[in-house]
Amino acid sequence: MNCRSIVKELCNYLDEALDTTLKDSIEKHLEHCDDCRVVVDTTKKTIQIYCNSEPAPLPEDTKLRLREALVKRLRRVRA
Amino acid sequence: MSTSKTNPLPVHPLPSSVVKDDEPILVAAAKARDISAFETLVGRYERKIFRLAQNITQNKEDAEDVMQEAFLKAYEHLDEFQGNSRFYTWLVRIAVNQALMKLRKRRPNQISLDEEVDTGEELMPREVEDWGPSPEERFKQSELAGILSSTIAELDPSFRIVFQLRDIEEMSTEETAEALGLSIPAVKSRLLRARLKLRQKLNRYFRRSENS
Repeated sequence: MNCRSIVKELCNYLDEALDTTLKDSIEKHLEHCDDCRVVVDTTKKTIQIYCNSEPAPLPEDTKLRLREALVKRLRRVRA
Repeated sequence: MSTSKTNPLPVHPLPSSVVKDDEPILVAAAKARDISAFETLVGRYERKIFRLAQNITQNKEDAEDVMQEAFLKAYEHLDEFQGNSRFYTWLVRIAVNQALMKLRKRRPNQISLDEEVDTGEELMPREVEDWGPSPEERFKQSELAGILSSTIAELDPSFRIVFQLRDIEEMSTEETAEALGLSIPAVKSRLLRARLKLRQKLNRYFRRSENS
């Protein structure tokens, strides 16, 4: 296992989609390769930060136009 | 250089904030044309759907149109929702279709998701610097939101959309492939590039040296 193979398998490793043998050999590499360990850590954090970020509240005018569009069309659908 | 051991925790450690226990009840009521139940669902997901639409179209007006159309279409086609997936995943698929139509209308010659992407760029990360345990906490929430949206906007659309579906909307590789009409290897390859590119772009905000 070298640094290039770590990058190639990065998504499978982070998504826990690897068999035990491959996962073990990646972790063995990470034990002695600081650069790969940082890449794995910071990529994982990238995903977590995006995944956990709360979307901003809708602007009031956008919210109002959405409500108006819904009321108009939903009544028509129901009728 | 980091000295911490990599902890092989799943990358999505928190349970999804999307699904709530009452969702099947609300969906059933909305199917029976209970408008207030549908409005509750809209209120629950409007912010996420708007962000999704904005991240894909990169245009506020288009994102607003996409969000409106997505909710209206969802209501009109609720009978077709069989409950085989989460309601939110079904809604996201409708919104993605609407957003892609907008994007293609605006930039007809530039948007082809299924094209082979060979950027010729080296995948091996160049900037390798530790970020510390919670780099996002150094920023106010509004500041962080700005950083995240401007950073994802720098990605090529085909990377951006795959990352949005897989890592922000938490759809599976298979669901993402189906929603975008891509093969599974194509989704995987775009996801790898998207994650590495975002990591590299966020490095300028989150590296430890920025804070020292």
